[in-house]
Amino acid sequence: MEKKHLLGIENLKKEEIEEILETSKSFIEISKRPIKKVPVLRGKTVVNLFFEPSTRTRSSFEIAAKRLSADVMNFSSSVSSVRKGESLKDTVLNLEAMKTDLIIIRHSFSGAAKFLTTFCSSSVVNAGDGTHEHPTQALLDGMTVLEKKGRLDGLKVVIVGDILHSRVARSDIFLFSKMGSKVVISGPPTLIPGYFRGFPVEIDYNLDRALENADVVIMLRLQKERMQGGFFPSVREYRQKYQLTPERLIRTKPDAIVMHPGPINRGIELSSDVADSGRSVILEQVEKGVAVRMAVLSLLLGGER
Amino acid sequence: MRILLKNGRIVSPLNGLDGIFDVLVENGKIKQIAKRINCEDCKIYDLTRMIVVPGLIDMHVHFREPGREDAEDIESGAKAAAKGGFVAVAMMPNTEPPVDDPLRVRFVVEKGKMTDIYVFPVGSFTKGRQGKELAEMVMMAEEGAVAFSDDGFPVSDPLLLRRGLEYLKIIDGIYLDHAEDRSLSMGGVANESYITAKLGLKGIPWISEAAAVARDVYIAEFTKSKIHIQHVSSAKTLEVIEQAKARGANVTCEVTPHHLVLDETHLETYDTNFKMNPPLRSAEDKEALQEALSSGLIDVIASDHAPHTRDDKEVEFDVAPFGVIGLETTVPVIWDKLVEKKKITVERFVELLSVNPARILGLEGFGKIEKDGPAHITVIDPKKEITVNSEEFASKSRNTPFEGWKLKGAAVLTIVNGKIAFESF
Repeated sequence: MEKKHLLGIENLKKEEIEEILETSKSFIEISKRPIKKVPVLRGKTVVNLFFEPSTRTRSSFEIAAKRLSADVMNFSSSVSSVRKGESLKDTVLNLEAMKTDLIIIRHSFSGAAKFLTTFCSSSVVNAGDGTHEHPTQALLDGMTVLEKKGRLDGLKVVIVGDILHSRVARSDIFLFSKMGSKVVISGPPTLIPGYFRGFPVEIDYNLDRALENADVVIMLRLQKERMQGGFFPSVREYRQKYQLTPERLIRTKPDAIVMHPGPINRGIELSSDVADSGRSVILEQVEKGVAVRMAVLSLLLGGER
Repeated sequence: MRILLKNGRIVSPLNGLDGIFDVLVENGKIKQIAKRINCEDCKIYDLTRMIVVPGLIDMHVHFREPGREDAEDIESGAKAAAKGGFVAVAMMPNTEPPVDDPLRVRFVVEKGKMTDIYVFPVGSFTKGRQGKELAEMVMMAEEGAVAFSDDGFPVSDPLLLRRGLEYLKIIDGIYLDHAEDRSLSMGGVANESYITAKLGLKGIPWISEAAAVARDVYIAEFTKSKIHIQHVSSAKTLEVIEQAKARGANVTCEVTPHHLVLDETHLETYDTNFKMNPPLRSAEDKEALQEALSSGLIDVIASDHAPHTRDDKEVEFDVAPFGVIGLETTVPVIWDKLVEKKKITVERFVELLSVNPARILGLEGFGKIEKDGPAHITVIDPKKEITVNSEEFASKSRNTPFEGWKLKGAAVLTIVNGKIAFESF
């Protein structure tokens, strides 16, 4: 891959997505070995720079880097505590002075990963920036669908919930549409404002209709605090219109799969019956996450497989 | 000192002057305007192929004194103004503390007198710019405040706005309205649209401006007061103003150079030098603003010169302060992108940057070049090519969205009261 950074899916070409997914396939096997380690990134230093709480993504990147034999350093902080003292730029420049090769950043402000590339010389991987993008999540979603369906083109992918505030939705929309899937987004209009028509998607505020013949359903986490913003009146009403239940799932294709970037709000966007059913591939997404992140790290740092 | 400006094209629409004349400046006044003037002991400038216009006025600037002199003070701001061709500026009151009482107005006036240009203070409309109680506007006017505004914190309470506008009639004063419904724009950092949704930036929809303008012009119409809408950014707002003007409301408005030539697509780099309020809007909005400039709907071009230090701007987009500087780029940007491209005439340029600001703020002696009037003159070299380089700015700040732009047309001589405030030939 020619790129030095992975900041989002929007600016990736289809071939680059294919290359990452192809590389990921070869890394799945490594995690199944008794000794789960290859020397691809031996001697490289990778920093996990997390300004937002995260268990899944941070651990996934850490495991991915370690399985490639990179040295990993974790730096976690809340934005508020950093804000009081050092600027983000100074924090990163100080870390870089220790000769890092790649920085993985999670930050609550959109554009934070891009901002890093304006002054630092390490490769930068966006692990989620504000409501902008979360590219490795989309890649692992693509990988999961690819394994289950054998293809990405010609599928109907429905993304449901708080699209407005979701970086996962933005990355997924770009990934699946670039790969030839039809993407439908559904949720209350307050969380899918009209200008979202600019995205390569269809919008259907009626979830029951949106689910017809779907191959893939991606449910997004709903933050209850959105009620205060006037986005919806009550969890009860949200559940009634937008929760994925076994009854609603009947409208999809019989072999449709259900995904969720986690953490799940059981009983809000997803009923436990669906979350725990055979249709749910949520844990497989987590598994693919490690392989996809191994692929991204090795491609960006130019390691040999 | 006597100055003789020879062979320039004098453009002063207010008194119908447009032609090649010599201008003799003596004792701070324009002594003579004639086809050929001879003067032995004058300092002579040959202005062949140059354009001589009434001194330019920027009626919307922020000099950060008192409070943030590290970003700009009155002295550095005035230097930037003179370098950009401006003989006068109106300085907004959002300093720390704000200019909200007569003593602070006097401070700005006194500081301004120590510079080479005119610095006219704008006083706060409410105490502390808090939108709760009226500030002592009449006493501030007596100390030299030329207009009133809470700028970035517009008066949200309609009753207080009504009272303030009525009260201002004592001095026939004008309210400068940064019109924004801050509830609709809460937390926003960029225009609300698909382009910014893609970038994950929280939106400021055009309704936050247009709805606020609609309300405020109705209130001003009701009280028969003078209201000036600052930095119009959207096509819909123009519609509101057009209708209000058609009804006979006493409303005027301004637009910034950056809203005229930039749009939201520049945000794709998350460069905070494109973060300002109101935000850069769509390409269609930009076109509409240019149209309204040539049609005459827009009265004024003002820079909204908003200096911020590099440290304050070099942060994540969400937390960077709003605002860009403009005093040293307004003339080149407007000349190259609008005058040179025939979107507006030279006369219109003079109206937008001198005649109308002088009229709106009631500034005596500004806005025209005439015999026996004060010598406030700007000379523009329409062929001068510049490359914007913020390192060379007289301003203390560097936050320009035009860095590296190659532009044709710049101020080369700024004369204030017959004195050379800036020259560069």
